[in-house]
Amino acid sequence: MAKSGDKSSSGGKKSLKRKAAAEELQEAAFAGDGATESEGQPPNAAAFPPGFSISEIKNKQRRHLMFTRWKQQQRKEKLAAKKKLKKEREALGDKAPPKPVPKTIDNQRVYDETTVDPNDEEVAYDEATDEFASYFNKQTSPKILITTSDRPHGRTVRLCEQLSTVIPNSHVYYRRGLALKKIIPQCITRDFTDLIVINEDRKTPNGLILSHLPNGPTAHFKMSSVRLRKEIKRRGKDPTEHIPEIILNNFTTRLGHSIGRMFASLFPHNPQFIGRQVATFHNQRDYIFFRFHRYIFRSEKKVGIQELGPRFTLKLRSLQKGTFDSKYGEYEWVHKPREMDTSRRKFHL
Amino acid sequence: MASAAARWNHVWVGTETGILKGVNLQRKQAANFTAGGQPRREESVSALCWGAGGETQILVGCADRTVKHFSTEDGIFQGLRHCPGGEGTFRGLAQADGTIITCVDSGILRVWHDNDKDVSSDPLLEVRVGPGVCRMRQDPAHPHVVATGGKENALKMWDLQGSEEPVFRAKNVRNDWLDLRVPIWDQDIQFLPGSQKLVTCTGYHQVRVYDPASPQRRPVLETTYGEYPLTAMTLTPGGNSVIVGNTHGQLAEIDLRQGRLLGCLKGLAGSVRGLQCHPSKPLLASCGLDRVLRIHRIQNPRGLEHKVYLKSQLNCLLLSDRDNWEDEPQEPQEANKVPLEDTETDELWASLEAAAKRKLSDLEQTQGALQTRRRKKKRPGSTSP
Repeated sequence: MAKSGDKSSSGGKKSLKRKAAAEELQEAAFAGDGATESEGQPPNAAAFPPGFSISEIKNKQRRHLMFTRWKQQQRKEKLAAKKKLKKEREALGDKAPPKPVPKTIDNQRVYDETTVDPNDEEVAYDEATDEFASYFNKQTSPKILITTSDRPHGRTVRLCEQLSTVIPNSHVYYRRGLALKKIIPQCITRDFTDLIVINEDRKTPNGLILSHLPNGPTAHFKMSSVRLRKEIKRRGKDPTEHIPEIILNNFTTRLGHSIGRMFASLFPHNPQFIGRQVATFHNQRDYIFFRFHRYIFRSEKKVGIQELGPRFTLKLRSLQKGTFDSKYGEYEWVHKPREMDTSRRKFHL
Repeated sequence: MASAAARWNHVWVGTETGILKGVNLQRKQAANFTAGGQPRREESVSALCWGAGGETQILVGCADRTVKHFSTEDGIFQGLRHCPGGEGTFRGLAQADGTIITCVDSGILRVWHDNDKDVSSDPLLEVRVGPGVCRMRQDPAHPHVVATGGKENALKMWDLQGSEEPVFRAKNVRNDWLDLRVPIWDQDIQFLPGSQKLVTCTGYHQVRVYDPASPQRRPVLETTYGEYPLTAMTLTPGGNSVIVGNTHGQLAEIDLRQGRLLGCLKGLAGSVRGLQCHPSKPLLASCGLDRVLRIHRIQNPRGLEHKVYLKSQLNCLLLSDRDNWEDEPQEPQEANKVPLEDTETDELWASLEAAAKRKLSDLEQTQGALQTRRRKKKRPGSTSP
């Protein structure tokens, strides 16, 4: 056929496509289908039997052509609809209805019944007398021991060093094959309040165990997206010895509260605002993002921030009551993927 | 009103903060009861059992070594009894014709007179069971027979009316395939009805059946489940299987005739602290460290029925044995009110219209109050404490 010959020679250019379509339209008109003449663009139903979809065309080039044409048409219609809506809004001015809020997974989140109500007395009592009570009553100040799994590689060692600059009053020790259950009583006698163990796999850190010491809970996290200081672009100079401020974002449920308090108890109670350093633990969709910044207020409303220290993402795997004992300890919360991850809109922290 | 409704609660749960919670599953309400008005962590509930006289009284064993009497009819704590001696919390609490049997962690089992007058009297009987007790359980068929077991403390069955020596002392299993001694850690014990057998679940994820009637002191049946310590166990209504829970929140039904796993129940996220099955209905109540009380249906079909968030870590629970769960107290109250007002309106029909209208408006007000109460109950999602 001459038509197909033209198309194949030109390689399917737009103008030829339009010409072919116009020819098809004329054919349809001659066929006597009156309803299709009113359409500007030739719809497929005109030339083909009704209920026909583009995907039924066997020829790949032709199918691709019809699809791209349909897509362009859709885009045009969408743009036209947007412009029309915008014009209507401008025309109405103040009386225009409010813009509809787009649905996101965060604002479609299933309401969690364990969300803490700030006025709840029972939860307030529970928190006031839990294992972190001595920290929040300012009776103890934190002293952290940071260590790794056995035989760490360079990245993990550097992460530990950088973490110890970020967390005040922290000490890094090499693991040297010691068992955690033997380290913990020694830490308790030396007045350590927290133990951080960074687990490493194939030369990258991938897990974090945070154990509050006298008899406190142990949280086990998956760690990902670890960026050391030299990998962070446009960063500021190294952090100073000032005690940073803490920001804990979006820890709403009861479990989130426990984890948030655990993070808060890592840092001393008296932030030095002179240092203008802030550590942020931001929880979004059960992932906790850790960032360390230095801020400066240029005016009342404008702030400039420089990212300093290491950055990583944590996801809670389990919260165990008592110090580290993964085999015989009692778990307060265990992440079970097949039971808990069934809904994309349900989060636990 | 909470006090009047207390008798209709289906499940009673004891928490780590010392609050006793009564949960009504029909109305989806949970009520808090404390002895002193404020929760106190020193009074954390470690053992619960029904008191004398059916289900009208609950004995609450607290961490400060006191046993409190709680009346379900009135919804208040009635008496307090100090039970000193030994160290640690209560691991078992039972009552037998006017006496309270307590057992603490360090192995002192004492029988006390359940009398409010002599608050600080000496125990009637004291037995040393051995240190490291994890559970003491009373035989429901023979109230004077108890069994104890714990960490490195083998299962022993005691007859409190008999001698000082245990009636049955279990023997440890043979050395394992490496010729090492198998450690003992009995976490929960149950008496099987209809025979003398006992079932235990251990911290080394084993479930064992012992038969004191047979000549062998070693377990008659042994099965394992999972990789984590089993913390709680309960018998199913059929009597042929048990349901066990472990520290990871996994619940499993194990058949005792063959030692086979029948099925698992999903839902718990934390360590299981308390489990109890209803004696006739296929319902299982479970509570744990994840602060939620769950009621599962065990058969046809197996699944979750109710889930109640209770804000504090739950330590132990008591499920009421009664058959009619749909019994609403409102019917008897309304039955009382309606005939009274009917007679009053009948008498006052002949009198002035104003008086009749006042009577009608009173009726409407009370009905309105009832409706608002009902509306309040049906608020979606939350159970009010």
